[in-house]
Amino acid sequence: MIKMLSGNEAVARGMWEAGVAVASAYPGTPSTEILENYALFPNVYAEWAPNEKVAMDVAIGAAYAGRRGMAVMKHVGLNVAADSFMYASMTGTEAGLVIVSADDPAMHSSQNEQDNRTFARFGRIPCLEPSDSQEAKDMVLAAFELSEHFDTPVLLRLTTRICHSASAVMLGERVEIDPSPKPFPRNPAKYVMVPGNAVKRHPVIEQRIRQIAAFAETYPFNRIEPGDRSLGILTCGVAYQYAREIFPEASILRLGMTWPLPEAMIRNFARTVDRLIVIEELDPFIEEAVRLMGISVEGKSIFPITGEFDPRLVRESAIAAGLLPGTAHIPLPEVEVGPLPGRPPVLCPGCPHRPTFYILNKLKVPVNGDIGCYTLGLIPPLSAIHTCGCMGAGIGVAHGAAQAGSPERHVAVIGDSTFFHSGIPPLINAVYNKSPIVTIILDNRVTGMTGHQENPGTGRTLLGKEAPIVELEPLVRACGITHVLTVPAYDVKAIEKALKEFIKLDEPSVLIAVEPCALLPEVRKRWVPLEVLADQCNGCTLCFRIGCPAILKSDELDEKTSRPKALIDATMCTGCEVCAEICPRDAIPFRPAKVEVP
Amino acid sequence: MKDSLNFLLAGVGGQGTILASDVLVNVGLEAGYQAKQAEVHGMSQRGGSVTSHVRWGKVVHSPIAGAGEVDCLLAFETLEALRNLNSLRPSALALINTQVIEPLTAITGGQVYPTTETVRLAFSRLTTRAVYINGEEIAASLGNQKAANVVLLGALSALLERDGMVGSELTAETWLKVITGRVPPKHVQLNRQAFQAGREAVGKS
Repeated sequence: MIKMLSGNEAVARGMWEAGVAVASAYPGTPSTEILENYALFPNVYAEWAPNEKVAMDVAIGAAYAGRRGMAVMKHVGLNVAADSFMYASMTGTEAGLVIVSADDPAMHSSQNEQDNRTFARFGRIPCLEPSDSQEAKDMVLAAFELSEHFDTPVLLRLTTRICHSASAVMLGERVEIDPSPKPFPRNPAKYVMVPGNAVKRHPVIEQRIRQIAAFAETYPFNRIEPGDRSLGILTCGVAYQYAREIFPEASILRLGMTWPLPEAMIRNFARTVDRLIVIEELDPFIEEAVRLMGISVEGKSIFPITGEFDPRLVRESAIAAGLLPGTAHIPLPEVEVGPLPGRPPVLCPGCPHRPTFYILNKLKVPVNGDIGCYTLGLIPPLSAIHTCGCMGAGIGVAHGAAQAGSPERHVAVIGDSTFFHSGIPPLINAVYNKSPIVTIILDNRVTGMTGHQENPGTGRTLLGKEAPIVELEPLVRACGITHVLTVPAYDVKAIEKALKEFIKLDEPSVLIAVEPCALLPEVRKRWVPLEVLADQCNGCTLCFRIGCPAILKSDELDEKTSRPKALIDATMCTGCEVCAEICPRDAIPFRPAKVEVP
Repeated sequence: MKDSLNFLLAGVGGQGTILASDVLVNVGLEAGYQAKQAEVHGMSQRGGSVTSHVRWGKVVHSPIAGAGEVDCLLAFETLEALRNLNSLRPSALALINTQVIEPLTAITGGQVYPTTETVRLAFSRLTTRAVYINGEEIAASLGNQKAANVVLLGALSALLERDGMVGSELTAETWLKVITGRVPPKHVQLNRQAFQAGREAVGKS
């Protein structure tokens, strides 16, 4: 049966066909839909872990226990999980262990565009890279076979363009796997990495990667497509598709395994062509390895080291390097369209994070942010995030700035899911090493940015089962914080009062602003749009300063001020009443009463 | 059909752009072409611009078409249509939904949303094949504004036939098979009507 599948859907299908016993992940674009789709198959176990390191250890545990384990994450998630990735390489496992890293060239939704093939080389772990959805599925099965044959974890590296592209996939059968539990191994020489054991394992994994390199010479996913001998192209991943499209005549060596590389195959290929180039996105990973073999090769001198490729970029770069004639150039229309208003992502109408950022902007304090929807508090007119580097960074950065004598009170802002991910150790640090920082946990009862995933605070698991709720306030108190307050996130006055008090303290404090995300299905049922009373609005513009996309400028101008009055778009307004709270002229009436959900 | 057909879909997060591109790629597969689709939707739920590529052909390698190589634009919103104008080939087909969604940068940021005249004039410099319809209005007349994306797909199907961009291998029934396979049973009738209304809006029954 042939089905149109995205790369992520194809990986999920491959996991099912491969009989994965335990799959664990933390959501992160572009990888999120892998586990969401896998969880839809019958009789599977898949879970959201609080962070990627936990997900990695969970998958390793399953593979130690003799069942196939898989950990799935975005590229920067592998930084979080790196410690575990490295020991798993040292120990190997009893059953297959596959790690998916979904890299994000062009940073569609990430803080960097690191190339995680380097992790494979670093960890002496083989790396497979699919070029379309069919291979994304097939390589999951191949990765498990490789893992079990060589007793090694395998990295399956995807990129956004593979994850979020759809192409036809021929579905396969599910591998028959013995479902009975296996006895847990008692093999400390292999699984207890104290120095005495680890020194014996290191030569083993160096030998292993050499054996895999030999195996790679005849691996079917590495294939030569012979063509015109004047140009030879080494390529991998989605870049292979662009190479095929732009150079239909050239000889191509498509590498499906990008670490370790098949040296003899590359040497033989290089010998048959006049000019050898590498077309690969991001780092010159293949290029440098080939150059180290003493083979003359070009790559990043022709194609960029930053961003994503596309057919146009490959063609134009090739023309500039003399690989294609100037007549291959396709001109752009260059119709004058003038400056167009940008459409950056913004906090949605009714977003419960908005009041907190409105107050932070008003208090003019330095704010150390974190990763999530609330990072959008950066955007004008709220303009209330001053640093944001990675998951869980904000609290530690605020503490460090405070210890460095930063003259203002620092506020760290973190979401509920991010707090569970990596906010707890830095909060304990702020207590232990005592700094007067204020931490705000923006608790919208869901993992928001990646599209509403469950987390330890929501009371449900990925498989839809009920789960205990990890309550934030007792957790924060248990970390040693004594100044803790939970307030409704739409209550502008309560947030302002609490923050003004906390900022005066000489000890760390935590404000929890709680309200479910306005886009959650059960919350949508409560939406009731508000209206502006045009007679009472004098165009003071205060409500524009909360940056709500539902509040528009009316065509009607106020007679005295000549400024446009406010107008609420009823199709967008959720009735969160934040604008009603701050309107000084009561021109936006509150809803008459709480609306009962039918 | 000629060797390949490159579509670009452009809209705002929440408008149904992704669903429409999912339909389009599967219509291509049903019609017997090779078909691929690629979307950018990282932070789109937060009201950002969304684009999606769909390619049909005898052989399709890249899932995206390069700028300057798009044969057909399907724009769900006027500003997003203009933003993607320069990705089209000269004389490309452009189906533009006249919906206006003002971004925050225009509401409070002092940037100016282009006028209808600006948009039409810019497209007229590239192609005589720009077609404007109001999908929301047509869908609302059928009782559900949310079916606007299916109205647009109906109009697109008719325009591809009108301009000879597809052959007899692709019929309206193929489109309807894919569309109705993607909606709950209670919405099948509405979506059939919306598709038909889209075809009629561009002068084809």
